[in-house]
Amino acid sequence: MQGLGISVLFKGNNFLRLLGGLGVTLELSLVSIVLSIIFGMAFGLLMTLKNPVIRGFCRIYLETVRIVPQMVLLFLCYFGLAKAFNLQISGEAAAVAVFTFWGAGEMGDLVRGALTSIPRHQLESSAALGLTKKQTYRYVLIPQTLRRLIPQSINLATRMVKTTSLVMLIGIVEVLKVGQQIIEAARYDVPTAAIWIYGVVFALYFFICWPISLLASRLERKWQ
Amino acid sequence: MDWGFINRYTPMYVEAAGLTLRIAAAGIALSFVIGALCCLARYFRVPVLRQITGAYIQLARNTPLLVQLFFLYFGLPKIGVRLSSEGCAVMGLAFLGGAYMAEAFRSGLDAVEKTQVEAGECLGLTNAQNIRYVLFPQALATSIPAICANVIFLIKETSVFSAVALADLMYVAKDLIGMYYKTDEALLMLVIAYLTILLPISALGSWLERRLRYAGFGYQRSV
Repeated sequence: MQGLGISVLFKGNNFLRLLGGLGVTLELSLVSIVLSIIFGMAFGLLMTLKNPVIRGFCRIYLETVRIVPQMVLLFLCYFGLAKAFNLQISGEAAAVAVFTFWGAGEMGDLVRGALTSIPRHQLESSAALGLTKKQTYRYVLIPQTLRRLIPQSINLATRMVKTTSLVMLIGIVEVLKVGQQIIEAARYDVPTAAIWIYGVVFALYFFICWPISLLASRLERKWQ
Repeated sequence: MDWGFINRYTPMYVEAAGLTLRIAAAGIALSFVIGALCCLARYFRVPVLRQITGAYIQLARNTPLLVQLFFLYFGLPKIGVRLSSEGCAVMGLAFLGGAYMAEAFRSGLDAVEKTQVEAGECLGLTNAQNIRYVLFPQALATSIPAICANVIFLIKETSVFSAVALADLMYVAKDLIGMYYKTDEALLMLVIAYLTILLPISALGSWLERRLRYAGFGYQRSV
């Protein structure tokens, strides 16, 4: 009996290293989420315009983001750009660029959906009540849009956190990669380390994403 | 661009695409079954099953597929459960997809107004008839967009399978980049391969959505 596999987690500073990896994961996600929200708002507004050329471009962009797997986008950005334009960017920069490109598209579609989901009579009723344009936006349109938008964007945020696990495949050392290193290092001492370490990584992701998605569904129910 | 190279290695991509599609088809079919079972357990509030499926759905939805795969492929063999890459891939996809499908089905069932079922009862429909003619068609119409989105999402997720040594499209592309340094060609073929798979499915999805929009009551014109 070579001891319980979980012991490897508390050997040296393994657990701290794992948490450090988690920090990298969260940092990447946070930067991408913030950028996605900013660009997504602009993109969503752009999509509500009637101009056919703008509409066409928005559609193509959205479909691209929807259809090409994030993994492929990462490869295109990390390996493709380097080769095609001799542009050497770090893995982190590639990851943030790709997740922002993807997140802004998805966020934009949510913004568009929330904006266009408000029934026309809301606008007409505010006009009938004599609200000015500014008041209509301030008290009628924006609050309703946000109520629809916030739960969905929180869901998008958890999806982005989960998707950052892909970045280990372009060589960024985040929580999963650190886990792999710990397992490799303990290969001879603790052969069963893999199941424990990957189990812990699994749990870490779960306990980050779960509260966020609980919050989203609670807000959704509250604001329905 | 080296077209000769592209020509030479297209068969490799075709083969990999076939593998990707087979795994995706198996995984998605299983996720439909798991999703339907979970959804029924939750909709009809079966006592213990309801809690179990609830926990499963949260667990699967809040963890990345890559981590689930690593656990299955590298973790489980340590306690004696050895799965092939293909087995892991299908199981991982079904585990993830089942939860997403359950949610999609549930949103469809929830969207059917209670009065519809009650009206069916008043008309003297049996329980089975009520489900078959009233509940199911309306629920399906509402959940089709979510189901289609899930199918596309799951096919896209197959791109992480290269990490558990499955020779899928990503794997072939990585291989060609590593061996010949033909990055442009390999990536171009990769994008084309995914587009060839996903564009028709996406188009089929929007066609289905339009065809099945018969249960949309109360559409309101919006701002």
